[in-house]
Amino acid sequence: MSDLETFRAETRAWLEANCPPEMREPVKDESDACWGGRNPTYKSPAQKLWMDRMAEKGWTVPDWPKPYGGAGLSPAETKILRQEMAALGCRSPLSSFGIWMLGPALLKFGTEEQKVHYLNQIARGEIRWCQGYSEPGSGSDLVSLQTFGEDKGDHWVVNGQKIWTSYADKADWIFCLVRTDKDDKYKGISFLLFDMETPGVSTKPIKLISGNSPFCETFFDNVVVPKHQIVGELNRGWDVAKYLLGHEREMISGAGNAPVGSVGAMHRDLMAADPILRGEMARLDVDTLAFRAMGEKFIDEMKAGKAHPAQPNMMKYFGTELNKRRNELVMSAGGSDALEWESEASTGGAKARAWLRTKANSIEGGTSEVMLNVVAKRILDLPGA
Amino acid sequence: MPLYHTEDQAMLKDTAASFMKTEAPTTHFRKFRDMNCKDGFSHGLWKQFAEMGFTGILVPEDQGGLGLGHVEAGIVLEEIGRNLSPSPFLTTSVAGVEALKAADAALRERWFPGILSGETVLGLAIDEGAKHNPAAIAMKAERAGNGFRLTGRKQFVIQGASADMLIVAARTAGSAGEQDGLTLFAVDKDAANLSMEAARLVDSSMGAHVAFEGVEVDADAVIGEVDQGWAVLARMLRAGRTGAASEMVGVGSAAMDMTVDYLKQRKQFGRLIGEFQALQHRAAHLYSEMEVARAVVLKAQQLLDEGSDNADLMVSVAKAKVGQATGLAVREGVQMHGGIGMTDEYDIGLYMKRDRALQEFMGDVNFHTDQVARAHGY
Repeated sequence: MSDLETFRAETRAWLEANCPPEMREPVKDESDACWGGRNPTYKSPAQKLWMDRMAEKGWTVPDWPKPYGGAGLSPAETKILRQEMAALGCRSPLSSFGIWMLGPALLKFGTEEQKVHYLNQIARGEIRWCQGYSEPGSGSDLVSLQTFGEDKGDHWVVNGQKIWTSYADKADWIFCLVRTDKDDKYKGISFLLFDMETPGVSTKPIKLISGNSPFCETFFDNVVVPKHQIVGELNRGWDVAKYLLGHEREMISGAGNAPVGSVGAMHRDLMAADPILRGEMARLDVDTLAFRAMGEKFIDEMKAGKAHPAQPNMMKYFGTELNKRRNELVMSAGGSDALEWESEASTGGAKARAWLRTKANSIEGGTSEVMLNVVAKRILDLPGA
Repeated sequence: MPLYHTEDQAMLKDTAASFMKTEAPTTHFRKFRDMNCKDGFSHGLWKQFAEMGFTGILVPEDQGGLGLGHVEAGIVLEEIGRNLSPSPFLTTSVAGVEALKAADAALRERWFPGILSGETVLGLAIDEGAKHNPAAIAMKAERAGNGFRLTGRKQFVIQGASADMLIVAARTAGSAGEQDGLTLFAVDKDAANLSMEAARLVDSSMGAHVAFEGVEVDADAVIGEVDQGWAVLARMLRAGRTGAASEMVGVGSAAMDMTVDYLKQRKQFGRLIGEFQALQHRAAHLYSEMEVARAVVLKAQQLLDEGSDNADLMVSVAKAKVGQATGLAVREGVQMHGGIGMTDEYDIGLYMKRDRALQEFMGDVNFHTDQVARAHGY
C-alpha cells in the first residue's frame, strides 16, 4: 500500500471509532454547529467530545503546522481526510471565523509569537472570533472606513462603529480594521486584535428579515488596544484585510463544504404534477454538482499555488447565487407549508428563515456586483474597471 | 488525484495546442469549407494526427496505442474546439475506439491499425430522429442465415459518407424504450442495400442519412454480445459525450477569449466598450460559467478513467453544464461583437455554428439535465 492509501485506511478507521453517531447527522443550521469559545454552548455531549477528539489530533485545522495546533497534513492528506469525513457524513467539528478567516491571515502576516498564541487557541476552539470590517457608511466601499485609533505611545485608543459584525454578541475577540492615518485612504488602515470584554466595547444585535439576529452593531468608545496586538505593519492593514477577504469569500461560496443533497430528490412526489418545477430542480442539480467539482478543483489548485488569486471572487459569486436559487426552489416546492413561521410542523419556520437568510449571501463579504467587478478587472483585465 | 492536469498532461496540452494552432487553425477550416470538400475534413491532417499519436490515445498499449485516458483525449479535443480543427477524432478515435474495446480480437485487429495510422474513419449510426434518444432505438436486426439482416434508417451520422465502417445500434429483441435487446454491429461501408445521403450541416461538417434496406452482416460483425448492446452503446456514449463536452470547452473558451479581447479594442462614445460595467458584468458572469463547466468536464474525465460508478451521472452533468456555458459564450460573443459578429469574415460566428452542432451531438442540455433528474430518482 502506498503511504496515502495507508493514511486513508487509518483515517477511516479512526473516524469510525471516534466520530459519535450524533455527529454523523447533517448540521441543521448555523446554531446547530459547534462554535467553541470562552463560554461555549454545546448542543450535546457528543458535540464537545467530537471537537475535543478532533482538536487533539490537530484535525480541526488539519493543514496547519503542528506547533500552531494543526496536524501538518499535506494537501493530498487533507483532501483524503475531507473525503473520508464526507463518506461517513462526519460534521465539521468546529465552525469558526478563526479557522476560516483570521487563521490564514495570521499564518501569512502574524509574528511567530502571535501564531503560537492565537492559532493554538483557534485550533482548540477556545476563543470565538468576530470580524470588524463594515461600517454604517462603508459597505461595498469598505476602504472608506472611519473607525479611528489614536496613537497614545504604547497603545491606541479606538473610537467608532462597526456593523454587520457576525455574532459579535457571542464572540470573545475581534479582528478589526481601524484607521490609523487619516491622510492615506489605503495606506492608513491597521489590522488590530482585541478582547470584546475590553471596557468601551458594546454590541447590539440587528433583527433581520429572517427574524434571527446573526449580526450586530458594534460600538467602540475609547477602547484601549496595546500596540503588540497589531497584525502586519502599521497602516498596512488593507493588505491583511484583502488577503483575509479572499478566504472569507471562499468560505461563503460553500466550496469544500459537506455535500449538499438534491432538492429534487426530496420532493419526488411533486414532480409528475409540476414538470416545470422538475426541470428547474434538475437544472439546480446540474449546477450544484458542477459547482462541487469547481470547489474541488479550486481547492486543489489553491493548495498547489495554481489558482488565480482573484478566483475566490468568482467562487463567491457563483456559490451564493446558487444557494439563493436552491432556497427559492425549496420554498416553491414547500408551497404554503413552507410559509409557516412558528409552527411545530415547520420547525419554527426553518425553511422560510433559511430562505431569507440566504439573501444576505450575495451581500455579505462583498456583493455579487462587486465580485463581478473584481473578476472583470483582475481576471479578465478589462479596462477602467 | 488532484483535479488539475498532471505535468505529463500539461505537456500534452502544450503539444496539442501548438499543433492545432499551426496545422489546423480556423484558416484551415475555412479552406476546406470554401472548397466545398465532400468529407468536411482533410485526410492529410488526419494522417498528421496519427503521426502525433493522437489517434491512438485511447487504444491500449498492447494493441499499438498509447493506452491513455479520457483526460488526455479531452486535452486534444479542447484544442480541436479552440481552433475549429475539422477531423474524425471525436467519432473515430474517442467514441468509436471505446466501442471497439468491447469487441472481440478479430474486430479490433481489423480496425485498430487503420485508426492508428490515420487511414480509417468510423461513422456512428445511433440517432433515428432529430433528437438524440438512444433508448428509443427501433431499427431492426433480424437473424438471417449465419448473421443478421438490418432494416431501418439512421441520421446525424457524422462523416458517414467518408466512413470506412459504421458502428450501428439496432434491435435484435425487445421493443423501443427497452435497454435489453440492443446489439451493436460493425457494418462495412460497401455493404449491399446500404445507401447514404450526405448532408452539409450548419457548421460545415458533414452528416449523413443512412438507409439500411435489408443489409446482411455476419455474426462476427457483432460488437460485444447479442441483445446486450446497451452496455457497449453506453460505453461509446460516455466517451463521445465527454469528448464532445471537452471540444465545447475549447469552443466556448475561444469564443470568450476572442470576445474579451474585442472589448479591449473596440471604442464607442470615446471609450473602450470594455469600460462599460454592463458588459463587464456579463463577461465576468460568462467567465464564471466557463470555469465551472471546465471543472466538471475534467471531473467527468477523471471519474471515467478511474472506472467510477459515479461517472455516468457526472458525464451528463458535464454535457449539460458545458452546453449552458458554451451556448452562452457564443451568444454573448456574437452580441458583444456587434455588427461584425454577423459577418462571415469574422470567426466568432463560426464558433456559434460549431457549438450548435455539438449541442445536439449525443444529447443536448435538456436531454442530459433530464438524465440527472432520473439519476436522482425523480
